Amino acid sequence: MTALIKLTIDDLEVEAHAGEMLIKVAQENGVYIPRFCHHDRLKPVGMCRACLVEIEGVRGFPPSCTTPVADGMVVHTQSDAVKKIQEGILELLLVNHPLDCPVCDRGGECPLQDQTVAFGPGESRFVEEKRHYEKPIPLSDLVLLDRERCIQCARCTRFADEIAGDPLITFVERGARTQVLTFPGRPFASYFSGNTVQICPVGALTSKAYRFKARPWDLATVETSCTACAMHCRGALQSSTNRIVRFLGVDSEPVNQGWLCDKGRYGIAYPHSSDRVLSPRVRSGGELEDVSWPEALDAAAGELRKALDLHGPGSVAVLGGARGTDEDAYVWARFVKGVLRTDNVDAQLGDGLPADVVLGLPRAEISDCDTAAAVVLLAPDLREELPVLYLRVRRAAIEHRVPIIDLAPVDHGLSGCSTVALRPVPGEQGAVAERLVAAVASGEATGDRALDDAAALIREREGNIVVVLGRASLAERADVTVRGAASLASLPRARFLSALRRGNVHGALDLGLCPGFLPGRVTLEAGGERFADAWGGVPDERGLDAEGILRAAAAGKVRVLLLIGADPLADFPDRALAAAGLAGAGTVIAVDAFLSESARRAEVFLPCTLWGEKAGSVSNIEGRVQRVGRKIAPEGTAMDEWRVAVELASRLGSDFGLERVDEVTDEISRLAPARQGVTAALLRHARDGAVLPLADHVGEVVWRRSVMTIQAEDGSGASWEPIRVAGEFAGVVDVEHAAAELEDGDDGQVEAGAPHVPSRDQADPHIGLHVWDGAAGVAEAPARDAYALRLVTGRTLYDHGRTVERSAVLTGLTRTPDLLVSETDLARLGVADGESVRVTSSKATITIPVRSAAGVPQGVARLAFGADGARAQELIDASALVTDLRVETVR
Amino acid sequence: MTGAPITETRIVTKRLHERPDDSWTIEGALESGAYDALRRVLTRGDPAAVQEQVKLSGLRGRGGAGFPAAQKWSFLPADVYPRYLVVNGDEGEPSTFKDRMLVERDPHQIIEGIAIASYAIGCNKAFIYLRGEFALGYERLSQALADAKSRGFLGENILGSGFALDIVLHRGAGAYICGEETALLESLEGSRGMPRIRPPFPAIAGLYAKPTVINNVETLSTLPHIMAMGGDEYAKLGVNRSTGTRIFSVSGHVNRPGNYEVELGATFRQLIDDLCGGVRGGRKVKFFIPGGASSQWLTGSDEHLDAPLDMDYVQQTFGVMLGSGAVMVFDDTTDPLLVGWRLTKFFAHESCGKCTPCREGSAWIEKICYRISHGYGRPDDFDLLLDVADTVCPGLNAPFSQTTICPLGPSPVSTVASLNKFFRDEVLAACGAVPSTGAGQ
Repeated sequence: MTALIKLTIDDLEVEAHAGEMLIKVAQENGVYIPRFCHHDRLKPVGMCRACLVEIEGVRGFPPSCTTPVADGMVVHTQSDAVKKIQEGILELLLVNHPLDCPVCDRGGECPLQDQTVAFGPGESRFVEEKRHYEKPIPLSDLVLLDRERCIQCARCTRFADEIAGDPLITFVERGARTQVLTFPGRPFASYFSGNTVQICPVGALTSKAYRFKARPWDLATVETSCTACAMHCRGALQSSTNRIVRFLGVDSEPVNQGWLCDKGRYGIAYPHSSDRVLSPRVRSGGELEDVSWPEALDAAAGELRKALDLHGPGSVAVLGGARGTDEDAYVWARFVKGVLRTDNVDAQLGDGLPADVVLGLPRAEISDCDTAAAVVLLAPDLREELPVLYLRVRRAAIEHRVPIIDLAPVDHGLSGCSTVALRPVPGEQGAVAERLVAAVASGEATGDRALDDAAALIREREGNIVVVLGRASLAERADVTVRGAASLASLPRARFLSALRRGNVHGALDLGLCPGFLPGRVTLEAGGERFADAWGGVPDERGLDAEGILRAAAAGKVRVLLLIGADPLADFPDRALAAAGLAGAGTVIAVDAFLSESARRAEVFLPCTLWGEKAGSVSNIEGRVQRVGRKIAPEGTAMDEWRVAVELASRLGSDFGLERVDEVTDEISRLAPARQGVTAALLRHARDGAVLPLADHVGEVVWRRSVMTIQAEDGSGASWEPIRVAGEFAGVVDVEHAAAELEDGDDGQVEAGAPHVPSRDQADPHIGLHVWDGAAGVAEAPARDAYALRLVTGRTLYDHGRTVERSAVLTGLTRTPDLLVSETDLARLGVADGESVRVTSSKATITIPVRSAAGVPQGVARLAFGADGARAQELIDASALVTDLRVETVR
Repeated sequence: MTGAPITETRIVTKRLHERPDDSWTIEGALESGAYDALRRVLTRGDPAAVQEQVKLSGLRGRGGAGFPAAQKWSFLPADVYPRYLVVNGDEGEPSTFKDRMLVERDPHQIIEGIAIASYAIGCNKAFIYLRGEFALGYERLSQALADAKSRGFLGENILGSGFALDIVLHRGAGAYICGEETALLESLEGSRGMPRIRPPFPAIAGLYAKPTVINNVETLSTLPHIMAMGGDEYAKLGVNRSTGTRIFSVSGHVNRPGNYEVELGATFRQLIDDLCGGVRGGRKVKFFIPGGASSQWLTGSDEHLDAPLDMDYVQQTFGVMLGSGAVMVFDDTTDPLLVGWRLTKFFAHESCGKCTPCREGSAWIEKICYRISHGYGRPDDFDLLLDVADTVCPGLNAPFSQTTICPLGPSPVSTVASLNKFFRDEVLAACGAVPSTGAGQ
């Protein structure tokens, strides 16, 4: 930060850092200067001229959004001359703006409306016809544009260009005919298009999903985290008459900086889906029949007791748990490991990384990307899997000049920003990472220029090396990535962000839903004693991961398979193995909201609550624990996942004594070493949540309290920071209501004052958190024969996942994938673009259209995972390191 | 005022008048001394000396703002390279047509000026942004650039001096705003032509964020002559801080409209009567626009007609500018309201749409002017017109105070302010309001 200087704004003497923009300094000191084009997260353009001020000694009227503060500056934002300009500019903005506020989505939360009331003239003197356009026109499948309402602030176009990297909307024409449009034949097909709707200061941009659905003053709001992926972007979830209608980004500096991806923003309607299972079911006469909760719980408990009694704990296995809250995960871990005493539990479905690695690597925070020496991508396509992390890394590369070292085998969303692309053959990422680390260590030229460049960047630049670590392809075993991780972890400055699938996978792993671990990032060995004391027992030995569980089930060794929101048939990379496992499992018990393909095999189905229906905490990719809020009452008789576990435990003779979700949060903070100090009260008051382990981040916790006081009628008042919705101005979110919701999202009590945070010294004697020893097999990928193409498969954002399938506006965006190969390989195959080919792996033969695509190297075939018909899954053999394909014409 | 009729002082326009058939060809240009000044400058090998001569000459920019050329160069930060020279050839101001003549009929003079300026400021790559409509000019300038290069006046190691210069010729696409220097830079970089927020000024971060000087065609065309005459000698021409000659594009109700190169300090009356043959049919000047369409107006009063062509004098005395040197003359048959409307229509059409006061204000001003000038005026219209104009230019002091990003916004306000100053009664009458006594002048 630059030096502190003093300036005067409207007779108020304030302090600020030199170089900060005047408009922001003024606002932070309680002086609101009107603005339309200015947005804290976009570069200043000074276009709307609503923020002009007078500065003594400066000629004219400089815009406060482009004027940095300077020492001794004397600013007037309310002089007669400035007021005259403010009124004049607002009158000009309204010259062509239709006054259709009563039918405009923005009405009631509109910055133009609000600022006209605050700073504008009482009426317009414009008597001519306003300009007319067809209204509205679609900019994309999700966003509509009403050009009559547009005030040409360029927030949307600048967002698309600067932040999203999709410069697909732009100004056309000029003067009063200036309008925002797409290029001919190219829709605004951006994964981030919904942000433009949120930051539009008028109702020009509206979303197909929310259009005419509600009036803002009818909405109830709770601040929460999105769990569509593991980023956990902060947002404001809004409902009307107990239906979720909208989700807005909240500006959380360390996490999402106000942005959301369109999947997170619009994939919110699924709790109201018509195929939701609303009451418990038990199979009877071959069909799943609705029963009461006690009947269903008794049936499930009975199956579990029978398996335990006859075959021991090892005969029970659990898959899933990565879609709920941390509290769900913890209580299930306590039930599975403390009551059932089985360690056969895995929240991941063979599509992630071993828990030993994830839990034992030194962690990076998301914000470390901004200051890293380099970001190493040994990961899937972030734009498809962790879209807002993609935005962060892209900005780091472009704005902060952080070099990106790219170890992906094919082109991806960030390819254009890569400083060095090493482009390994699929399956050899680990080996290439080893060569890179060796080159860094030796400091000698290897003759491979890209490798030398990457090594030089790592050697020469200061700061941490942030490694985004994940499976670049589901058609290869995790060992490929683990080998790379082991190598990169030997760099002293390496910090890791694990790119794993499913919303709360990190919370589930942290809280013990994986083999070999207990809650709080401790191994069975290290934490066994503590948890045995607290729980009454823990598993005797390490259990199986998802692949092991499915193999054991296929071999008839799993008597009861519990699926907690898990659908291995859809998600496990090797579909044949998943099918064999489900077929071989004795009894399947599903805790889910929908009858997924896997859940349809269940004997007992227990309906659970979904995001938006429950409060608690979740943990994101960087280990940041944040609260999620309950906005609507659950559909049907759905029960929180953790309560299901409590109920089952009590039927098996264990009383957990847990009644409210806060009690679970607090039990976690007492028992789980990495979660020590992260109490329910702390999470309520910490604005940006808490990064684990808390003892290392105490000074970083920012308290929510004390920015804004809301007075109750009786004069008492709680101080709350307003929800910082990225569209800002005044009442985009009902602050008072939001604060109230945060308090009573469940029935917890808010304590007075900031909660106590233990320092390292005060903490209990530490149980050593798990550290990965870096042991990795050095399995070499087999040489690829000259006629084979090696399969690379990964998720796309709009796949046939549960939220996309059940959100009307997103469903149409899924695409049936083709096999993508290089132009050379297409020519070699001798087929036309789009022609069907026969594809054979060691597992299966499928027929699928093939196309050439840029960014697919020779010898590689790409196929999106989890799309129509799950074709890629059929080809994959989970036991093979890589998947090679033989591709033939069908003519 | 009487006296001997003045004549043109042809310096920049000398060659094109003397060689009407081949002034634009390399042969014609070389025969009349083109590139001699450049050769001398390069032989002497002292860029600082060139800057010194330009400083002594008192040369001020001929594009409109009249900023001292040497001072503009001096803003370039030391030791930051590359740096660029950008030639503003996007002459689009209504009634201005001097640069077009220079481009079409003496392109080598421009190239020589560019080379001298580039040498002086240490630039090896210059860009000419040429108005897209100049079809003949583009053809001749392209040919001239090719010829100059083949004769060694451009390219590597120019005339054996070791100095290298490459010139890129870029055609505009028909936007008036691209004559504004930062919009020009945006357009040159391939973006939509809209002005940039200053600071940073182009001298610090201009084209491709590098230090950039932007000079007008006529300014650069003058350089070879300053080098040939010496700065001191050039400065003896003209009056006060308005040194040398300028080309005035005279149009409207005069008998001989055209481009006239005049030593500064002559009067408007001399320009109109002596050089342009007076007003058609011996009529009186009702009003005239002294410096291009964006300037405020002057009237046919003696005080105005006898004012000298001196940039500082007219600004300080009357609040008008000589601007781009375009003088538009209107006789006493003219309806100033219609002229006013037509001018505001141009600016409303050319507003780039970036900032609110210009985008919405100029369109609204045009609509009100249309009403007033076409018989639909309403009693409150004049107050409304002045008030809207006041939002764009607080105090109606166009073009010197503004709420807009660039000077385009104030341009229609110049018209409104002029109507207010000189034709209040006519406007009020057109609005159906009772003319106030004595408010006209």
